[in-house]
Amino acid sequence: MTLLPLLIIMLLTLGSAAVAMMLRNLIHSAMLLIFSWAGIAAFFLWAGAEFVAFAQVLVYVGAVSMVVLFAVLLTRRSRADLEVSPPAWKRILLAVFPSVLVGSLLIGAVLGAFPPTTNSSPAPELTVKQIGESLMGPQTAALLAIGVLLTVALLGAIVIASPEKSEDKP
Amino acid sequence: MSAASGSEHFLEHAPLDLRDWLVQFLTHWLHLTGLLQWMLHNLISIVMILAVFGLFFAFTTIAERKLLGRLQNRLGPNRTGLPKFSRLFGGWHFKHKLFGLSQPFADAIKALTKEDIVPAEADKLLHFLAPVIVVAFSLMTFAVLPFGRHFIPVEMDAALLYFFAAGSATELAIFMAGWSSRNKYSLLSAMRALAQLISYELPLILSVVPVVLVTSTLSTQNIVLAQGSWTFGVLPHWFVFTPWGCAGFLIFLVSALAESNRSPFDLPEAESELVAGHLTEYSGFKYALFFMAEYFGLTALSALGVTIFLGGWQAPCEFLQIIPSYLWFMGKLILMIVFFIWVRGTLLRLRIDQLTRLSWKFLVPLALINLVNGGFWALTTEWSGPLQIARWAISIVVIVVPFLLMGRKLSTGFAPRTYRYAP
Amino acid sequence: MSPLALCLIFSSCLFCVGLAGALARGNAILVLLGIELMLNAANVNFIAFWRYGPTHASSTGVMFVIFAIALAAAETAVGLALVIAVYRHQRNIRLQEATKLKG
Repeated sequence: MTLLPLLIIMLLTLGSAAVAMMLRNLIHSAMLLIFSWAGIAAFFLWAGAEFVAFAQVLVYVGAVSMVVLFAVLLTRRSRADLEVSPPAWKRILLAVFPSVLVGSLLIGAVLGAFPPTTNSSPAPELTVKQIGESLMGPQTAALLAIGVLLTVALLGAIVIASPEKSEDKP
Repeated sequence: MSAASGSEHFLEHAPLDLRDWLVQFLTHWLHLTGLLQWMLHNLISIVMILAVFGLFFAFTTIAERKLLGRLQNRLGPNRTGLPKFSRLFGGWHFKHKLFGLSQPFADAIKALTKEDIVPAEADKLLHFLAPVIVVAFSLMTFAVLPFGRHFIPVEMDAALLYFFAAGSATELAIFMAGWSSRNKYSLLSAMRALAQLISYELPLILSVVPVVLVTSTLSTQNIVLAQGSWTFGVLPHWFVFTPWGCAGFLIFLVSALAESNRSPFDLPEAESELVAGHLTEYSGFKYALFFMAEYFGLTALSALGVTIFLGGWQAPCEFLQIIPSYLWFMGKLILMIVFFIWVRGTLLRLRIDQLTRLSWKFLVPLALINLVNGGFWALTTEWSGPLQIARWAISIVVIVVPFLLMGRKLSTGFAPRTYRYAP
Repeated sequence: MSPLALCLIFSSCLFCVGLAGALARGNAILVLLGIELMLNAANVNFIAFWRYGPTHASSTGVMFVIFAIALAAAETAVGLALVIAVYRHQRNIRLQEATKLKG
């Protein structure tokens, strides 16, 4: 009974992610994927990691979704370009088969490793203060590395996406 | 902590006692179980917040129109009223018919009864969902604002992060509105609105970070409690009265104006720009929902500014704590909204490139320098005596000098300003 | 079934959906969205173990997820910049046509 919220979140997220990968309209795909990201944020909230849930909403739903939608709109020539043709049956089969294989391996490993007990330990207490002290203490190197990486990624994206300089006319 | 923490005025928690009494009464009367009791308890809180802020929104619209009218040397709307009552008291005719105060209700009736036109080629689901999402997320930001000493709906450890997360999800709804109208100009305008919102989200969040540095907490209730002392009982320790707090407050004001698409940053919805921007194809109640979401966003941002910089529900002087804390909060909120209306009636609209240049080249560097300033303040709390004066002086210099230098550098190339007044 | 097993099955299914999407679709943006789903599935995995795992009072799971979210956002930005560069070259983003190394 206590797992009912988890089951609802699971169904909604998996359902919208699966449909997002199958649709023809790119914008509808992106919207459904945004919904599944929000579903994952709901899962984080259910598991008690509030900071991560709000960070997920802020970063994914608030920012990455904008980047994806801008990219979709900037890479089309007309409205017709938004309808992507579904792949051929052979290709779908070739894609679904390895993923089903991987999935069954993972699920088999999960079900085989954990005995079906109903342990319900309380959620670990993690305050924002502890996260802050951890980020500024033991994990400072990682924080600085992430800062450098984000800067480099931003600069690199600008350089890649900017139009090439016109060659000198002879 | 405030000094008068011993005997609290009974008005402070009178509404809470009223709610508890109501829940008890209904539990006995209807024999409710635990879960239903919890739901009833929270339902009453939610209904109260919606009622109070719904009425607040209604009166903000009429206050705005009348204030703008006065700023532009004309009367605002003063025709709607309650005509039946104008012959009250045995023939004494209320000449001005309630001064037009029932205008918001007239507007609501008009919006509800207008025909809802949806373009034939529009993406029906997204077109319907956009106003719903924008109102929903704007309302969700109200959950972490402390309206009074015991009046915070949800007490969270990461309250500020939740506020900004819920606020950033409204940008998605603007894109949905612009895209689903299948209108080239709506889409273009939605892109411009998005560029504006994303540009100003950075200074907004960065101007709040010094407060987090000084109080070392993300919880809004703790931030208000940290501003609860007075020097000599009359000078409050609100963060706006510190150098970094003043600069942060000014950056926050400008960013809040831009985040809620308000003049002088109302390019996305100005009438002379691309018709109504991303809202062109919306009519009737959906337009009213967008309108409502914009005002809710403005109220939420003003409330956040009041909480973080202006001391929240704290009274300005120690002996004024007799007045309940929620009245102080409402008073400060009304002050901020009147200031925003004043700015709307006074300043000219900015172009999109001026907007983005202001954000990226001026506000973001200033906010980062303010961050250093706030860090310096947080590290030097033990300085006292003559060192205290040095602390204030260094703080002021660190923020004022870059402001002057950057302002000077960004306005090179412009001719000296000439003023011409109407004869 | 224990909650941990259910969460891990959730994460595995999400990973497989992302993998299938990334392999099957021929549009560059959909492939990137599939990769995003796989990264999110890994994050779900971390939080599941942080919540129900053996060692308590450990913040490793949350720390890792915070960095993973930042990394995924940066990678998305660079990936979509690449998509725009490819579009500029061949005027559409069908991955089947991006077969030559010569620009």
